[in-house]
Amino acid sequence: MTIPFSAPQPGFWASTAMIAAIVLTSTTGEVLTAAAMKSIGDLDEIRAHSGLGGAIRAVLTCPLFFAGVAFLALAFFSLLMAVNHLPVSLVAPASASLTLVTNAIAAKLFLKENVDRRRWTAAVLVCIGVYFLAH
Amino acid sequence: MAHHKLSVRQYMILGLVSVCTPLGDSCLSRGMAHLPPITLSHLVSLIAAVFTPWIVLGIALLIGYFASYLTALSWADLTFVMPAAGLGNVILALLSRFWLHEAISMERWAGIVLVTVGVGFVTQGPSLTERPPAEAPAEEEQPELEEQMR
Repeated sequence: MTIPFSAPQPGFWASTAMIAAIVLTSTTGEVLTAAAMKSIGDLDEIRAHSGLGGAIRAVLTCPLFFAGVAFLALAFFSLLMAVNHLPVSLVAPASASLTLVTNAIAAKLFLKENVDRRRWTAAVLVCIGVYFLAH
Repeated sequence: MAHHKLSVRQYMILGLVSVCTPLGDSCLSRGMAHLPPITLSHLVSLIAAVFTPWIVLGIALLIGYFASYLTALSWADLTFVMPAAGLGNVILALLSRFWLHEAISMERWAGIVLVTVGVGFVTQGPSLTERPPAEAPAEEEQPELEEQMR
């Protein structure tokens, strides 16, 4: 007789911590990448003046960009780890939709973006919509 | 100077952000589905998978997504680009319905409507936060500062 292997399901707090890790690293990565691109300036204008090589050079010589990419890579590995322990039908919609809201908060706090009522409404609508789509 | 309204070219870049992700993911999914299961003991087959046509196309599309996403972030706010890019989830659902012939539940149709309304909402507003002149990039002030230092 064979006994099917079933990994123990993580508890509520462990599951929350795994999803929080994805949301936190993803938001940090997005904010750092956005800050890097703002510090570089309009890529279309750079490309018009210095060509595609100049635009690529401008991005690749910005340390903030690499910090953002490093956090996005961390977010990807956190997602892989979470999917290894939790059902993907929980992890994917929860992390995708929560990241939209945390990005709006972080953009207001750290990037000083004008997140008005229109943007909050859009973020919340897309957040609920993504949850429905990915669930 | 803040850009309140986007040009046709900028809308096209936002469209690329939305289209490249679902198309790239679908190509990767289709490419991987044609391969035998890959285990940790046969990692060489994973490297070989990278050179199959669907995977190559998928990777090229995802590189295209990242390049257009970075370009969009250079002239628009993160809180503008992120919801606008959410349209990619709608395209992915429609691709799975009409290309991969998967069924879409009522819940997913509701999601499609909500994301579409949200994207329509945010794209009607300004794309970039207007900064007062004092917060302008420091590059313009640098020559004056250098002269003062001398």
